[in-house]
Amino acid sequence: ILSLITTCLVLLTAKSKKTLAKPGVKNVVLVEGVRTPFLQSGTTYADLMPHDLARAALQGLLHRTGFPKEAVDYIVYGTVIQEVKTSNVAREAALGAGFSDRTPAHTVTMACISSNQAMTTAVGLIAAGQCDAVVAGGVEFMSDVPIRHSRKMRKTMLSLNKAKTLGARLSLLGSIRLAHLSPELPAVAEFSTAETMGHSADRLAAAFGVSRQEQDEFALRSHTLAKKAQDEGLLSDIVGFKVPGKDIVSKDNGIRPSTMEQMAKLKPAFVKPHGTVTAANSSYLTDGASAVLIMSEEKALAMGYKPKAYLRDFVYVSQDPKDQLLLGPTYATPKVLERSGLTLADIDVFEFHEAFAGQILANLKAMESDWFAQNCMGRKAKVGAPPLDKFNMWGGSLSLGHPFAATGCRLVTTVAHRLKKEGGQYGLVAACAAGGQGHAMVIEAYPQ
Amino acid sequence: MLQCRFFLNGYVLNMCLFLYLFTLLTSLCTLSFCLCQKTSRTHVNYEVKGDVAVVRINDPTSKVNTLSVHMQKEMAEVLGEVWSNDAVKSAVLISSKPGCFIAGADINMIQACKSAEEVTYISQEGQKMFEKIEKSPKPIVAAINGSCLGGGLEFAIACQYRVATKSKKTVLGTPEVLLGLLPAAGGTQRLPKMVGLPSAFDMTLTGRNIRADKAKKMGLVHQLVDTLGPGLKGPEERTMEYLEEVAIECARGIVNKKIPLTKEKGMMQKVQDYVMSFPFVRNQIYNTVQKKVMKQTKGLYPAPLNIIDCVKSGVEQGSDAGYLAESQNFGKLAMTTESKALIGLYHGQVACKKNRFGVPEKEVKTLAILGAGLMGAGIAQVTVDKGIHTIMKDTTLEGLNRGHQQVYKGLNDKTKKKSITSFERDTTLSNLTGQLDYSGFQNADMVIEAVFEDIAIKHKVIKEVEAVIPPHCIFASNTSALPIKDIAAASKRPEKVIGMHYFSPVDKMQLLEIITTDKTSKDTTASAVAVGLKQGKIIIVVGDGPGFYTTRCLAPMLAEAVRVLQEGVDPKKLDSLTTGFGFPVGAATLADEVGIDVAAHVAEDLGKAFGPRLGGGNPELLKTMVEKGFKGRKTGKGCYVYQPGLKSKEVNMELNDILESFKLTPNPAVSSDSDVQYRLVSRFVNEAVMCLQEGILANPVEGDIGAVFGLGFPPCLGGPFRFVDTFGADKLVEKMRRFEDVYGNQFTPCPLLLDHAKDPSKKFHK
Repeated sequence: ILSLITTCLVLLTAKSKKTLAKPGVKNVVLVEGVRTPFLQSGTTYADLMPHDLARAALQGLLHRTGFPKEAVDYIVYGTVIQEVKTSNVAREAALGAGFSDRTPAHTVTMACISSNQAMTTAVGLIAAGQCDAVVAGGVEFMSDVPIRHSRKMRKTMLSLNKAKTLGARLSLLGSIRLAHLSPELPAVAEFSTAETMGHSADRLAAAFGVSRQEQDEFALRSHTLAKKAQDEGLLSDIVGFKVPGKDIVSKDNGIRPSTMEQMAKLKPAFVKPHGTVTAANSSYLTDGASAVLIMSEEKALAMGYKPKAYLRDFVYVSQDPKDQLLLGPTYATPKVLERSGLTLADIDVFEFHEAFAGQILANLKAMESDWFAQNCMGRKAKVGAPPLDKFNMWGGSLSLGHPFAATGCRLVTTVAHRLKKEGGQYGLVAACAAGGQGHAMVIEAYPQ
Repeated sequence: MLQCRFFLNGYVLNMCLFLYLFTLLTSLCTLSFCLCQKTSRTHVNYEVKGDVAVVRINDPTSKVNTLSVHMQKEMAEVLGEVWSNDAVKSAVLISSKPGCFIAGADINMIQACKSAEEVTYISQEGQKMFEKIEKSPKPIVAAINGSCLGGGLEFAIACQYRVATKSKKTVLGTPEVLLGLLPAAGGTQRLPKMVGLPSAFDMTLTGRNIRADKAKKMGLVHQLVDTLGPGLKGPEERTMEYLEEVAIECARGIVNKKIPLTKEKGMMQKVQDYVMSFPFVRNQIYNTVQKKVMKQTKGLYPAPLNIIDCVKSGVEQGSDAGYLAESQNFGKLAMTTESKALIGLYHGQVACKKNRFGVPEKEVKTLAILGAGLMGAGIAQVTVDKGIHTIMKDTTLEGLNRGHQQVYKGLNDKTKKKSITSFERDTTLSNLTGQLDYSGFQNADMVIEAVFEDIAIKHKVIKEVEAVIPPHCIFASNTSALPIKDIAAASKRPEKVIGMHYFSPVDKMQLLEIITTDKTSKDTTASAVAVGLKQGKIIIVVGDGPGFYTTRCLAPMLAEAVRVLQEGVDPKKLDSLTTGFGFPVGAATLADEVGIDVAAHVAEDLGKAFGPRLGGGNPELLKTMVEKGFKGRKTGKGCYVYQPGLKSKEVNMELNDILESFKLTPNPAVSSDSDVQYRLVSRFVNEAVMCLQEGILANPVEGDIGAVFGLGFPPCLGGPFRFVDTFGADKLVEKMRRFEDVYGNQFTPCPLLLDHAKDPSKKFHK
């Protein structure tokens, strides 16, 4: 018996020591991750521009790491709702943040997983041997969004530029009708289906039989855990931001633990009157930016940095943008685990993007369902749902806020911090995104 | 190609709409096997969830639910139990079938009746049952997913509240008028109150299907429920459950007074109600509707007039009078030949939507079309949106561009009507390849040629195509008159050659005439039928011969029309005579739409094949018209002058000179209006009967369907064969003999028609 136990112990320790390094593949590490405080849109950040927020995150990263600017090989930044004046916001923000003007920068967009895409682009550049130190991140600024003139009006205005005579200009101006003046507002809606995301989330929750009460409970959990993390000072990825003309912001402002009774009073926001998704159990419009420093392990060590974590396997998935819009995590999780040779039980820390409480719960139910695995994913069996005691323990997008393109870096940095704090080995990040896409990444703790 | 462009006609006649809608009515009838088990119920069941009784309808013998005698009996029992159960406070009525709530009353139940009184009794029973539901002390919520038509809709609107899914399959409507009947279980009484007089007339007189979102706007349903994707169960199953959950909540809400049953009226509604409170206004509406109906039906269809009468009785004289009028008119209508003809067409149409040749060995996944003209592009239009990769090949870039635009426009119009999204339009179009060469033909499973009607060109094309297509690929010809065996003569593999005769405009005309030769294999036929069904067509499969069935029937009628013109009847008069008989498009307009050149071509071809028997007017008349450029609508001049943008059209005055030079003196003995009508119709009918006699037609049903859906034979007559049955073969023969005396063998009744004339017990339809 004793020998058996010893074998077990040996096996256990062996297992916990197993690293996911792959022969012939460079080890890519997260050196540091920071973010601005996430604020509800229309609050303290209201008068800024997107690149201002991005600048704050980038400066914060430089400040915290003391990293020499000229050593940054490349900058990749994500954004979703684009400010047309700064369409390559990566470059504008980098210049403004005092990075070297010799460091190229490009902007990526992939809805809510834009900064995940920025990070994996960085991983790719490093793994391919093209770069050694890449800054990735993302920014979203919902306090101001581009509202356009109507197509008719734009057409008239463009023709006006070309009109040569006064008569031609006057006749063009005369053609303007009341209908020309109605503006085009951007909507958080799918282009392909014209369905708003909240509506889709409500249908998704209904499809999986997620009740209003379950959603409210989950939202309350998120806010409660976020508050706790905030109070205990665990949200150490935040860098304070002096907003010109206003106070220094150093805390997220959307964390508001409520009560079930209060939450139950809200009316459904999208599917009326019988829907279950409300303002209280959805993520809200948020302003914020994040940034991470990703390096090859050898370079980081050579420069004297102690990495926080290894960035290991990652996957992107996509599925039906109508009925499975927000099921990205369900599809991505088993796939990335298989790539890493891990099972769900191996994961110590889960950080999933919480778009809607109903969406998270639907994903958890889908992952727990053999029927779904077999009929929709073509898998033999379910992957299983993450245990809640390892899941989003420091709050999530529902409570901390969700600046679309900044969330990905927050998730990865949080996994690294939680792994260190909780002493775990592997972490899993997963997120859904508009367009019916999804992403997951396995993160390994850096040996202490 | 025979181009019966009925629908593009300036004054689109409602009869066409009628035909079109008719086939939307796909599921009104089932066989009702009466599995009368006394112990347990088979069609209606219920369970009590908390304080709500969930009543489930499911006819185990059919894909759809119909209000059969059996269903009604069980429903009455169940509702009785619900009402007497004190624990139950409210009820939800829902179907267990995903695509169907209740598709209507059981047609067979009505057809089985021998007298108007019996039918009236059925109506009254229905009225009583729904009245009980309307007055139910416990609120009943109808939870609708799928078709909710006819009696099904009447049932639903008798309930206190209606919840419907947004599924594309969810449609509400009262299609009874399309069967020559009326909504006879309170429909004509409740609808005006619910949706207002104008909408009620629109619904009951057109029989059109109303989608859920529109129904909500009209006030026909109270609440909509989204369809769901897959969750822990299949999408349809879960959507049904969700509908039930929402409906149960509604039922509770009504009981708790959280959901009011009377809606606060909007300003528009109040104004409308006020206006409607004047008898003068209402009378004006009745008159306008009456006039419109008379104009469109020429008084040939009794049902719409009866519907107006029922609505009027109810609104003006109170519900007792209304209900009485409804049930009595229903009884009368059920006994009319018009209703029997329309019901016959309905059954025929259902039969022609089945593939009697079995499942083809290989499914057609890639279909290539030769020619991007009106027909070729039309075929592409109905193919590309069925998930079939469609190749459209033309010889010129201009032709291809025109064809591509036609397909795009067809889809874009659907987008404008919001029946598809712009995204669906784009993904559908991605299935279409336009090209000038034969690349990709090596993957084609079927090739349909729609090139010019010239045997030499057809032969050239078949040889070119056979050099590139795989061995299993079927070659179909969309010809309207050339015998398929002549086309197949150039083929190395005649067993793979078949005729597929589409009607123009392809996306509107529902008929597809498939022509098989002696050599066509059964699998080739099965495959052609399968493709046609996928394209949404009603299919008749006929034997080979000049003009097959449809063109052959039309040719003598058009030849006769030419003679009528020569005898001094002007085109407008000719049109009114034919439409007065029930044809949706007059003969002169039809000739213009078909194209005078095409008509001349066909007349010549068939004239050669059948000799003077198929003649009539002087074929030189048509040729002269073609020479002068009067080719019909496409050239702007034919029998009429067509001006772009103008809906009304004037008779082509230049035609008078031509007619003058071909003038014939009419024989007064056979030139009364009625005689002219019967001269036209009897030649059509005689030719149809002859096709059956010769085995071109497999059965009279297909003959009727082909004539009505392809050529616009009066639907109220049910097709040439039903017309002979109803009118009497002997009476028809008698008329033809009279015409024969004047015009000779063109009016000689065929032997099969004579058989029927001799023996009145012989009928084409039982």
